[in-house]
Amino acid sequence: MNMIFFLLLCLLVLGTYYAGRQRAAGMRNGTTLLHSLPNYHGLLLGTAALLVGLFVYAALASAMPAIAPWAALAAAAASAYAFFTKISPDFRARNLFERITLGLLVACSAVAILTTLGIVLSVLFETGRFFKEVSVFEFFTGLRWAPTGTPPVFGFIPLLAGTLLITLIAICVAGPLGLLSAIYMAEYATPTTRSIFKPVLEMLTGIPTVVLGFFAALSVAPFVRNSGEFMGLAVSSESALAAGLVIGMMLIPVISSLSDDVINAVPQSMRDGSYAMGATKSETIKRVILPAALPGIVSAFILAVSRALGETMIVVMAAGLAANLTANPLSSVTTMTVQIAMLLVGDHEFDSAKTLAAFALGFVLFIFTLILNFIALRLVQKYKEQYD
Amino acid sequence: MTELSKKSDGGLIARRYASEKRFRMYGVFALSLTTVFLAVLLADIVWRSLPAFTQYHAVLNVMVDPSKVEASNPAAGDFEGIVKDAWRGQFPSVQSRADRRLLTSLLSNAAGGELRRRVIADPSLIGKDVTVPLLLSDDADLFLKGLSTGVERSDGKGPLQIRSDGENFFLSGQGLNPGQIVLADGGAFKIAPEGDASPAEVIVAPGSTAEVGEGKWQLLTFDAAQDTRKIGDREAVWLEMLREKGIMKREIAWNFFLNGDSREAEQAGILGSILGSLMVVFVTVAVSLPIGVAAAIYLEEFAPKNRLTEIIEVNINNLAAVPSIIFGLLGLAVFLGFFGMPRSVPLVGGLVIALMSLPTIIIASRAAVRAVPPSIREAALGVGASKQQAVFHHVLPLAMPGIMTGTILAVASAIGETAPLLLIGMVAFIVDIPTGFLDTATVLPVQIYLWSDLPEKAFEARTAAAIVVLLLIMLILNAFAIYLRKKFERRW
Repeated sequence: MNMIFFLLLCLLVLGTYYAGRQRAAGMRNGTTLLHSLPNYHGLLLGTAALLVGLFVYAALASAMPAIAPWAALAAAAASAYAFFTKISPDFRARNLFERITLGLLVACSAVAILTTLGIVLSVLFETGRFFKEVSVFEFFTGLRWAPTGTPPVFGFIPLLAGTLLITLIAICVAGPLGLLSAIYMAEYATPTTRSIFKPVLEMLTGIPTVVLGFFAALSVAPFVRNSGEFMGLAVSSESALAAGLVIGMMLIPVISSLSDDVINAVPQSMRDGSYAMGATKSETIKRVILPAALPGIVSAFILAVSRALGETMIVVMAAGLAANLTANPLSSVTTMTVQIAMLLVGDHEFDSAKTLAAFALGFVLFIFTLILNFIALRLVQKYKEQYD
Repeated sequence: MTELSKKSDGGLIARRYASEKRFRMYGVFALSLTTVFLAVLLADIVWRSLPAFTQYHAVLNVMVDPSKVEASNPAAGDFEGIVKDAWRGQFPSVQSRADRRLLTSLLSNAAGGELRRRVIADPSLIGKDVTVPLLLSDDADLFLKGLSTGVERSDGKGPLQIRSDGENFFLSGQGLNPGQIVLADGGAFKIAPEGDASPAEVIVAPGSTAEVGEGKWQLLTFDAAQDTRKIGDREAVWLEMLREKGIMKREIAWNFFLNGDSREAEQAGILGSILGSLMVVFVTVAVSLPIGVAAAIYLEEFAPKNRLTEIIEVNINNLAAVPSIIFGLLGLAVFLGFFGMPRSVPLVGGLVIALMSLPTIIIASRAAVRAVPPSIREAALGVGASKQQAVFHHVLPLAMPGIMTGTILAVASAIGETAPLLLIGMVAFIVDIPTGFLDTATVLPVQIYLWSDLPEKAFEARTAAAIVVLLLIMLILNAFAIYLRKKFERRW
């Protein structure tokens, strides 16, 4: 039924377009000039039929499914006919059509806002229901996380600690490597070296996180465990270190590409000034360029932190499920994203505290990343204003 | 003068130059380490994936028994029974129930699939002998590839004596150790734990009891005890003897590309998840490309500079950095919860990914529209075009290559997206190949996640192979985007 309706609607739209065009074209002769090209008359009729048809169908589809398609087709035909009778040499079809187009463009830009609104509202709503069952204080200060226990315990601190531990490890890997790579690429690399290493960094950006997660779980984690045992340390098979290392690897291109951009944006005159004072290249970089690019570099780090906080697949596959409150990178920890995924994969009942807890975690994560992104964007903007 | 400066310098210049060199080396080191990371990652995955691209089959001559397959309805025939009989026929001496079951377990439970396909295609084969490949179980396959427990095959040294007292067999020869298996004269024995003085366990009865000359008998030595292996001594002997007969053929594992998911590793394939991915990507592009381009055109060409526009812009930038799992929460609460759409279907997956890649497409499209020089617009307006005519007839076609490049890159990253799809239920175990946008389906990255969790060793190679396929798809898309950019790149 649906298919037939959409097919009929398409045929109707094409038909009205053609009818409108023909009628307008027929009015054109040697002496009469049309205000709008025949094409616009046709487009106006077709668009009117399409929009009215879809609107009526959407409005009626759930209430009266039996008659909705026919009512929609009838309304579409009627609206097209209304414009059809109006067609005359003076009819401003183009202006009307352009106004409709502009409205559609505005509606499309509003989708981005609606998405944000949808995220905020849906997450906020479920979070509110969660906090009716579990007290806010208990959630944010609890030291134990056991959502499947009887009774379930929702203490957020171990998750926060685990997330921060993994993020810290990741930044310790990605920070120096990414920044040094960016400095080398921006200041030292010849075009040849650039053309070798740039694809490497781009490929690393493109690798899906599920692939990195597989690598972390099957290769890095055993490697970390074996080297730990070799040194006489007890390493859990799902250590925070393994997940953190691989997330760090993922973040190297994030930090390096953003830092590369800001280092390149430092005006050449500042470098020249430093060289004129007799400074070597590395002295120029350390004393002039890095301080000048600092806001941009800080924002690159902040964006990397925000990526690490929200990273899901690598930690789901390589970090554990046990919510240990520990600062030991060799033990197993869990993160907010892992818990969201674990609580919601499987059966969903929207009224259990278990699934609502996932939305509460999502809310906290959303707020964290939003604040970090906002700070980073402001820093970059300020920095750009400084040199533009 | 020069002497003076040398004295006062005190090696400072040398130190500064050394520090310069050191700093430069740090950069080289960081980049090399990153490259090594990437190389190790790719090499590791490709290496792990290799076994999954081939598969051992037992090529047997099978008689299609008319009592098991009716000519009127060949599809209902008992092909599994036929191939099992043919398989057991290779070892007539295996009689006990437990041993027969053990022998059958070396075949996949879909071993008759190929025979079924051939007979249905050509019913005249009923009653005739057909040579078909039988799919082996994943454990047998891994053993033949030498990937399960290590087993070493060596030629026996010196002659081997086989004596029989009517009931028991006694072996004597050089270098026989307890637990080893002796293959000689078409028979197989396991040396008793007490050594070669006690009777050897017969696995397959030999042709005769005589002296076997040097080089005519072999020893199998296992790395691990029998109860820790998937393939026990008996199975190992059977497989080795069939391999010696030339029955075991290693072929390309078409199964892997043509099947849906399965609990049995040797039958599990990626076709279902690839089709699921294609459908999700189709929905994603169909939704996010028009909306993204329209939003980009509005923001770049028509939007007044006011507070609302500014909010939209900040919002798009922020949305681009929201963690992907949050979009999963959105999909779960809005599409599944509020609109009541079905779980696990490509339509919902595509919508969620579309919302996720929308900011990327908008940002790329805006850059492409901005890159079209103002002179184009001014020329169009100058000859009397309306603002919209200038944009849609002149600016948009010129910006299209840039928009397409950005969209392809967004699609390439959308194909690898996993986390949000977990939350909207695309993690179900689905055997059937999806046929529509409202069929339950899974996607390639989620399939990778599901397989990576399974304990069977054979799935490890399948997971890696699926990753190789995913990376290849992404590589092709990226190469296509680069080609487009190179071909249509234009300097104004």
